[in-house]
Amino acid sequence: MEYDNKISHIIRDLPRSGIRDFFELVIGRSDVISLGVGEPDKPTPWPIREAVIRSLEKGQTSYTSNLGLESLRIAISEYVTKQFRVTYDPKTEILVTVGVSEALDIAFRAVLNPGDEVIYHEPCYVSYSPSIKMAYGVPVVVQTREENEFALMAADVEAAITPRTKVIALNFPTNPTGGIMPHEELAKIAALAVKHDLLVFTDEIYCELLYDGRQHKSIVEFPGMRERTVLLHGFSKAFAMTGWRLGYACAPAPLREAMMKIHQYCMLCAPIMSQMAGLEALKMGASAYEEMRQSYEQRRNLIVSRLNGMGLHCFNPGGAFYVFPDIRSTGLTSKEFAIQLLEKKCVAVVPGSAFSSAGEGFVRCCYATAPDLIAKAMDLMEEFVNEVRGK
Amino acid sequence: MDPLIELLRNNSNRSPKEIALSLGVAESEIAARIAAAEADGTILGYSAVVDRLKAGDRRVTALIEVRISPERDGGFDRLARRISKFDQVRDCFLMSGGYDLAVIVEGKDLLDVATFVSEKLSTLGGVLSTATRFELKAYKENGFLANGGGDEERLPVSP
Repeated sequence: MEYDNKISHIIRDLPRSGIRDFFELVIGRSDVISLGVGEPDKPTPWPIREAVIRSLEKGQTSYTSNLGLESLRIAISEYVTKQFRVTYDPKTEILVTVGVSEALDIAFRAVLNPGDEVIYHEPCYVSYSPSIKMAYGVPVVVQTREENEFALMAADVEAAITPRTKVIALNFPTNPTGGIMPHEELAKIAALAVKHDLLVFTDEIYCELLYDGRQHKSIVEFPGMRERTVLLHGFSKAFAMTGWRLGYACAPAPLREAMMKIHQYCMLCAPIMSQMAGLEALKMGASAYEEMRQSYEQRRNLIVSRLNGMGLHCFNPGGAFYVFPDIRSTGLTSKEFAIQLLEKKCVAVVPGSAFSSAGEGFVRCCYATAPDLIAKAMDLMEEFVNEVRGK
Repeated sequence: MDPLIELLRNNSNRSPKEIALSLGVAESEIAARIAAAEADGTILGYSAVVDRLKAGDRRVTALIEVRISPERDGGFDRLARRISKFDQVRDCFLMSGGYDLAVIVEGKDLLDVATFVSEKLSTLGGVLSTATRFELKAYKENGFLANGGGDEERLPVSP
């Protein structure tokens, strides 16, 4: 059968994730120190796992409300109020989803008509552009640059706004750069959204992981923003719950209702086990992640010093658990760098080009890895860089 | 707590250079602060946490609950320190509750520990009673799980 005509053109034309290509080179090798992951190195805190075991013993295995357990939505509302100083009604404004990925997907599908434009920033997590295209939208890229420590500049956003622009999608702190938003730039973007009557989707998945005593500020907190913002958050990063696939969306009731329509038909509800885990995670609150956050900060200091020490320029990222060193001085492309480093020194990093063309010249190193392994990986990377430079 | 001490409590095996980079201070300062903590007794010592079964260590360990009578000057301290000085005693803590001292003793076999308790410990003036409980199996030691924490399948590369 000629399958090419059987596959939807939109799906056929989506590029394969660059991460997958690289994954296939690494998989099955046990000798590799991997700085290539996008998740914490510790499993979910034990009290959360234990609470789920207990709920399974009690036989809590059924469907939940499409919206998610009411107790969880109440807990989310309280957590969001504390974290973002904005309050959402658990009954009408919160939806529990299967990770932020689902929340993002249904948010795009809920608001986009074919041809509507979405402004988003690159380098970014791999799913933004495909999710927009799958919702028949048009992705409009704004590049973030190293000279701004990969923050999004309001002037660049303004230049990308057209009469077809409907949404600005933000994700700070950012995967893969670790970049964060200066508050004044965020305020300018908020003002642009109000001025042009745009929606803003803000993916806050790394918001708990900020360093050097910084306080997180979300765009939703700025004047006129609550009514036009869909706040997306989840449990994966701060609570080390990637495999549970649990997230949520907070939005004004009409937007939440539109997302709910899609969610109820395609997902029904998030798995109850994951929702029970989320409930326990929110009971623990910051105590579940604060120790890890402090440890990440020390690991970041270590890896940033080592990278700069070997002559790979690397800014000191304010959040998430990634560093994004500039490898152009080696004369290699980011893919060549990653493949040769893997082959010669058994250290895995992800080529920046996997996160869009804007990531070319950089590699992503995840420092949610044991400090002794980071130190060893840096020793090996330094040897590699010296060999490439013929030292 | 001093972040340096916290870091060493979790892993004392890290190099001063690596610690210095993690905490963002000079390596020479780290070395000086560690030396000072060793000198003033903040750091008592270093040891590896070992799975004794895997290491083929056949010695036995016992937790001995000891009731003692406090003295007019110094309370429990003098006797507790005296007990702590025996080489067989690995740990000694003053406890709240039904007994006073938790004394953890290592011996080469049951008889060795029994002899220590009957001949050394219980004969000390001020020791009112002892109750000896032998350890059967270690599941977690000093914060480390014996037999590892499970084999989580973490993908080597993920988005």
